[in-house]
Amino acid sequence: MDFRLNEEQQMLQDTVARLVRGEYSFEKRLEFSETEAGFSVDFWKQLGELGLTAVPFPEELGGFGGSGVEVQSVMTELGRGLCLEPYLQSVILGGGLISQAGNDSQKEAWLEGIASGELQAAVALQEPQSFYNLNDVETRAEKNDKGYLLNGRKAVVIGGHCADLILVSARTSGDTADSNGISLFVLKADTAGIERRVYPTIDGFKGCDLTLNNVQVDAEALLGEEGEASGVIEYQSGRAIAALCAEAVGVMETANELTLDYLKQRKQFGVPIGKFQVLQHRMVDMMSELEQARSMAILAASVADEEQSDERRRVLSAAKNIIGRSGQFISEQGIQSHGGIGMTWEYNFAHYAKRLIMINHQLGDDDFHLERYASLLQAS
Amino acid sequence: MNMNYTNEELAFRNEVRAFLEEKLPADIAEKVKGFRHLSKEDHQRWQQILSRQGWYATHWPEEYGGVKWTPVQKHIWDEESCRYGAPRSIPFGVNMVAPVIIRFGNEKQKQTYLPRILSGEDWWCQGYSEPGAGSDLASLKTRAVRQGDHYIVNGQKTWTTLGQYANMIFCLVRTNTEVKAQEGISFLLIDMNTPGITVRPIITLDGAHEVNEVFFEDVKVPVENLVGEEDKGWTYAKFLLTYERTGLAGIGLSKAALSHLKELASRRLKNGRPLIEDTSFSQRIAKVEIDLSAAAISNLRIIASVEGGGVPGAESSMLKVKGTEIRQSINDLARRAIGPYAIPFVAEELNLEHEGEFLSDENAAPLSAYYFNNRKLSIFGGSNEIQKNIVSKMILGL
Repeated sequence: MDFRLNEEQQMLQDTVARLVRGEYSFEKRLEFSETEAGFSVDFWKQLGELGLTAVPFPEELGGFGGSGVEVQSVMTELGRGLCLEPYLQSVILGGGLISQAGNDSQKEAWLEGIASGELQAAVALQEPQSFYNLNDVETRAEKNDKGYLLNGRKAVVIGGHCADLILVSARTSGDTADSNGISLFVLKADTAGIERRVYPTIDGFKGCDLTLNNVQVDAEALLGEEGEASGVIEYQSGRAIAALCAEAVGVMETANELTLDYLKQRKQFGVPIGKFQVLQHRMVDMMSELEQARSMAILAASVADEEQSDERRRVLSAAKNIIGRSGQFISEQGIQSHGGIGMTWEYNFAHYAKRLIMINHQLGDDDFHLERYASLLQAS
Repeated sequence: MNMNYTNEELAFRNEVRAFLEEKLPADIAEKVKGFRHLSKEDHQRWQQILSRQGWYATHWPEEYGGVKWTPVQKHIWDEESCRYGAPRSIPFGVNMVAPVIIRFGNEKQKQTYLPRILSGEDWWCQGYSEPGAGSDLASLKTRAVRQGDHYIVNGQKTWTTLGQYANMIFCLVRTNTEVKAQEGISFLLIDMNTPGITVRPIITLDGAHEVNEVFFEDVKVPVENLVGEEDKGWTYAKFLLTYERTGLAGIGLSKAALSHLKELASRRLKNGRPLIEDTSFSQRIAKVEIDLSAAAISNLRIIASVEGGGVPGAESSMLKVKGTEIRQSINDLARRAIGPYAIPFVAEELNLEHEGEFLSDENAAPLSAYYFNNRKLSIFGGSNEIQKNIVSKMILGL
């Protein structure tokens, strides 16, 4: 048994770490967040040039052949810098959905661009009523002689305002919550009938809601078999959960480092506040939470690219549940340990705290995954 | 043992309700209920209405324009005004500096400042915390040096709530460095328009401008603005903090937030059903409602003991801890109830005059921001850690 990264994986992680340290200061992040894209287009290019956006793809596309551990290394370092680039949306989810469900010509058309970072994808899987259930799809895709006609509304599409491609789930048959009858479509950003309501997110990203008004796509836009997308979406969301857990670990690491530094520096009553036992124990709890989260992120990474099974589902839900809880604990207790200063915009801790809470709102919160885990409980 | 209101108290409650139904402006109530920011004008408009009714200064003796309410009546007012969505009075003038002036100020100070608080002419803010003096407030460093008929004030205050609206600030300043920290502090009333004062906004994590830093550079303050005796300010500060602590439990606010949460959870869907019918979510609501019922009774027990002539002691510290934790849990659940819509931060929807469609739910936009903003509840007014120190020392003798 060996939990260490191999030499290649370690080099990969060091590369991302160096890049983030050099290019992604807190002040710069605030600036990136304010731009139209909401992230650094330059940094995104650099990730591409260094082959980092290709990591989960097969070797012929410049990648490592889809190991969760490499993705974990990248995501953790991006998390440490609170990076805003659409790695999760474009590389993991967009690239993953096309890799799994796409036919040869679709893969040929899109994957190289996604792997190099030249094409940016976003995924539109949620809807206003869907909460976290990705099978709750009301958007309709009606087959016609030109292909499909899409109507409906997709919610909280991170990066959807500037992505070149948007992967949309829509119902070709069945009732709202049926797992059968969901199809996936690849929409080019400039397709007629896509209306965007763009907004910043509370943790510094940008995204939008999409209204699809008689969006006509040709039959080639259908990704995978008609009505059979549910399993693909679930599988790729699972990979994304593992990646998000790895990101969260990076966010928590930095949050804890900042808090620990503060406990050592801040003096009240003539001593560093870290001398107070109540704060020492809290800091220990925050560290234990991080270690719980780290363990589950490792486990999640190890199953991310395995074949689908109830065991994989259980692990991923368990990981996301732990990450949600430990993230909230570290966020709230970290603010409390800092006092007022932990709540100010100008100090970086608050932004780590916000990201941790928002990670819990992506791909299902701790309650959602607790329920999902419970439904998969083994009797013995 | 009798936990019911008397007939007189019930009659008072009817009077309060009738007043709120008639006089509380609907636009203000809507903002309060939806956790939206109030403008300076909103606060002033409501303050004027209360003043005209004679219900603004509930902690003052009648001779200064106060209203003589019993602790139970104050409690009824608190509950009902929260329920109807009335704004909380900005406490710094009416509930903080005024009781200090009434108790320790001279006649001229009473004649000058109290009417201006009642009329709304003065907006006060609080100059207590400093960058180096938070929980350890007595270590404050802002200096006031006597020079003839003036004090010359130099230093910095921080976390000054709504200081951007204020024309007056009450400050703890150090007048004596030779003695124990607590014994060299004085209580000064300072006009914010005096040359040498700079107010700098502090933007909080929710993007709001609520608190400020206030800088003092050779600020000349007339000696007549000293409250009570020089170097005795710590006594007055502690007196004021007991006023601050009562009411920080926010039971009325929690009840209002809970009913907002239940409405929200009845509208939001999970698997096609209202969220409030979902087992795990309804249990989360139930748990916090149970906690709140218990805290509400604890609150009444303190009120009843004060009514009987007792003094609220360290029990109010316990209640502050519980009460703020409960409010934070309710805010947490409201954010959870909107699922993925907790992520967008749609600034234009924070404004109720917003025209056009709301992104998801009319009430969704402020919920994440409000959750983050209210992390302050366990930090301010004496952090919950400090409250626990008080309880362990005063009640447990540890």
